[in-house]
Amino acid sequence: MSTETLEAPVVKEKEALLSKRRKKFVTDPLSDDNPITVQVLGICSALAVTTQMKPTLVMALSVIFVLIFSNLIISLMRNAIPGRVRIIVQLAVVATLVTLVNEVLKAYAFDMYKTLSVFIGLIITNCIVMGRLEAFALGNKPYDSVLDGLGSGLGYSWIILTVAFFREIWGSGKVFGYPVFEAIGMENFATNGLMVSPVGAFIVLGFIIWIQRSKTGYVEH
Amino acid sequence: MRQSNAYVIIFSLILTIVLGGLLSGVSQVLGPIQKEAVDLDTKKQILGAIPAEKAALAEMTKEQILTRYSEVISSEVADYQGNVVTTNAKGEPVVAENVDIEKNYKKPVEERLFPVFKYSAEGKEAYIIPTYGAGLWDAIWGFVALAPDLETIQGVSFDHRGETPGLGARITSDDVQQRYQGKQLYNDQGEFVSVEMVKGEKTPESALGPNRVDGMAGATLTANGVNAMLENYLGYYQNYFDKNVRNQAMTMNIDNN
Repeated sequence: MSTETLEAPVVKEKEALLSKRRKKFVTDPLSDDNPITVQVLGICSALAVTTQMKPTLVMALSVIFVLIFSNLIISLMRNAIPGRVRIIVQLAVVATLVTLVNEVLKAYAFDMYKTLSVFIGLIITNCIVMGRLEAFALGNKPYDSVLDGLGSGLGYSWIILTVAFFREIWGSGKVFGYPVFEAIGMENFATNGLMVSPVGAFIVLGFIIWIQRSKTGYVEH
Repeated sequence: MRQSNAYVIIFSLILTIVLGGLLSGVSQVLGPIQKEAVDLDTKKQILGAIPAEKAALAEMTKEQILTRYSEVISSEVADYQGNVVTTNAKGEPVVAENVDIEKNYKKPVEERLFPVFKYSAEGKEAYIIPTYGAGLWDAIWGFVALAPDLETIQGVSFDHRGETPGLGARITSDDVQQRYQGKQLYNDQGEFVSVEMVKGEKTPESALGPNRVDGMAGATLTANGVNAMLENYLGYYQNYFDKNVRNQAMTMNIDNN
């Protein structure tokens, strides 16, 4: 990594590309340190976009993209960023990436753009992104930061996809827009309107947190 | 580490220029593709006002939709008095598909342009007219397909910018849009009354009659917006219909005699 010239040369063994320490960057946020269920960040979009699986998947991919690249960029610049304006610098980078995502969606997936546009814009203020930049990318090397971004992104994604799965199947009787109940012959499956409203997301999310904490034994301090 | 003010300012300046340049570059490159996407979306909505076309749209590729559109839709633009116009106030030629309903909505009614889309396929005909108004949170718009008698709604396609998912946003669902099919714009006395969405849901069809449709529970304010939008725009187009459709039908009758 040629960008590391500013750092004092440390004589140490070269770390494996996916060492145990680095694997933890990716796996920790999946469960033990999940951004949504443990850190309780990014709840706003988790409630808003999860009525159906398809937009949720696009949202998840967008957040992963923004997380990885903002982490990478901030980490590359971390020794040049003036401490006094670092939050604004972070915001500028995140906002640029989010606008990129929005523009690309508008050009190549207009239907998704119409459903998601507002929420994609809100990734800028998604606490997960800012949180990772402050907590990790500012103090770590680019490659580690990318892994960290990927981990947090995946942790966010699997939760919102799970919520979306239950909300779509109970709220609309579909999975990825495919009417599963009609396919197995249950023509008049009664959909639950509660699941379509944000309240449904709270309930599903509550169950996920409950199950997760009873398994991991995590308690709030 | 504490940097000097000059460093902070220069850093911020460079960052702004780099990021700003990147964004404007991207927008330059993607601009034409986005325009195509918007154009396709508008055409899909116009075709979507015809129920039979809407069912077919889901299976069609982009090219098929554009071809189908050019085959079955012809369009013209009218002014408020109902005269067909080919140029706008500045003397530039106007194309119905490019008339921005939202921009026109902000002008006084008398100065607006009113595009009309004529649908003609396999012996079926309809007049598709755009509508625009305010929902609960933000703009709502749509296209209404009228049968050649100009009294019966064949179908509608609605869209919105920010209505509540599961409540007002249901105006985009087939379920709600189907309620408009076959409804009448005129009451028994022959007066123009538009079609009204009632408050509350699950109203029996017998209680609704030909001028009203069942409402959306929890979304009465969006429904009010839809009602106002339909009444306004269907009303605005009466001048056009009087001058260009009803009149012509009469002259044709005379010819036949």
